[in-house]
Amino acid sequence: MTTATNPVANIGRATLDFLADVGRICIFAAQSLLAVFTPPFYLANLGRQLLSVGFYSLPVVGLTALFTGAVLAQQIYIGTGRFNAESTVPTIVVFGITRELGPVIASLMVAGRVAAAMAAELGTMRVTEQIDALTTLATNPFRYLIAPRVLAATLMLPILVLIGDIIGVMGGWLLSTTVLGYNSVGYLQRSMDFLETWDVISGLIKAGVFGFIIALMGCYQGFNSSGGAQGVGRATTNAVVSASILILAANYIITSIVFTD
Amino acid sequence: MATPKLSLQDVHKRFGSKVVLDGVSLDVYPGESVVVMGGSGTGKSVMLKCVLGLIQPDSGRILLDGNDITHVHGREREHLLRRFGMLFQGGALFDSLRVWRNVSFGLISAQRMRKRDARARAVEILAKVGLGPEVGDLRPAELSGGMQKRVALARAIATNPEIIFFDEPTAGLDPIMADVINKLIIERVRDLGATALTITHDMASARKIADRIGMLHGGKIIWIGPAAEVDHSGNPYVEQFIHGRAEGPITMAVRRQ
Repeated sequence: MTTATNPVANIGRATLDFLADVGRICIFAAQSLLAVFTPPFYLANLGRQLLSVGFYSLPVVGLTALFTGAVLAQQIYIGTGRFNAESTVPTIVVFGITRELGPVIASLMVAGRVAAAMAAELGTMRVTEQIDALTTLATNPFRYLIAPRVLAATLMLPILVLIGDIIGVMGGWLLSTTVLGYNSVGYLQRSMDFLETWDVISGLIKAGVFGFIIALMGCYQGFNSSGGAQGVGRATTNAVVSASILILAANYIITSIVFTD
Repeated sequence: MATPKLSLQDVHKRFGSKVVLDGVSLDVYPGESVVVMGGSGTGKSVMLKCVLGLIQPDSGRILLDGNDITHVHGREREHLLRRFGMLFQGGALFDSLRVWRNVSFGLISAQRMRKRDARARAVEILAKVGLGPEVGDLRPAELSGGMQKRVALARAIATNPEIIFFDEPTAGLDPIMADVINKLIIERVRDLGATALTITHDMASARKIADRIGMLHGGKIIWIGPAAEVDHSGNPYVEQFIHGRAEGPITMAVRRQ
């Protein structure tokens, strides 16, 4: 058997490639973090990224949260109706939104917007030698390009998710009061009755981690892209796919290890 | 003779199994303008990037003023790079920034010059490459290829570097604009008293701006001599190259590095 058709060799090669990738991403993450905490700081770049990651993601996050909250209320109403527990709808909606759906869905949407944009921008800068030009102008590209993006995404995602949480709960409330016939004041009261601060905070902490993942994958794929327009396209796709998968995997790991109470 | 400003000693670089630089040795003396010519894909750009530290050579030494800079990294490398200027082949202007911010980038970012002063300085430098102050407010994408090259040249000289690299300065320009750029390069380099290393395959440009011309082939400098002697080199590779003949000892590489 040749090495090309040998299944063991193929598995081995894929495993080695995978491990090499993991190693490269870890080194990249460490370099990014170092750049975040060491001067010089490019505050204008940070401001631009805060605006682009945070403010311009508001419509996307708001709309998805609104519909998610509404459909969640609808489904839970059907489910709980089977054992006459419709009164628990507000509690379950707020619990589901703050602990899970708020952070995960907002992050996935932002991953589609922001990781793609970062990968495309940095990828184009790479293939047109703009990143090399930065270096020759005695400017560290990690500090100038990557630190502002990583910091902005890590800071803005919790804020976006907090806003998304509120809009999501509002979506559930809107549907419940207009379609399902719940009493408005009663619904809101039930929402708050069993909600703990930790439910919201744990979701926001997750959002911060997801924000870091989004910027990291967007920057990593863009920074390491090669091969012209096609390479930039590949980097953009890889950024969104890898960010989305890592968000879902990290969500499971964080939830099962840290946030079990 | 004086210590070379820049010296490459037996520099090797390979990518995978492909050997790109196979023992390049080259001395560039203070204040002189050396042009290295060579066909597409012979590793000319790799050579410059090794000096700048954008690519780490596999072996060999790179000396600046007699000091080994081959393995200088991090902040020290940043400090070192302030002494260099580089004109990239495609210009490599930052398309998110206006022209004046591009030109003054090194002043603001690395030398921490105040924005107002940097802007005034950018206008001065733009004038030196024949561009009016109104160009400063445009975006690079709004400029023609020749204008982009001028702005890129302005950016390369803005910080008064000691050594300037020109990567195919005339590529993609019409003959008139190419000559304008050649002239600007000669004037600006002389003006700064800088040392210049240019890589090109444009013979007209090489004759115009070079004090000495070298030829890179097969990963080595196979000939180097005064610009006036390039026509009597007696080297079949150089002869073929300067006359642009398809027949000769040089065969074209198919794959790029």
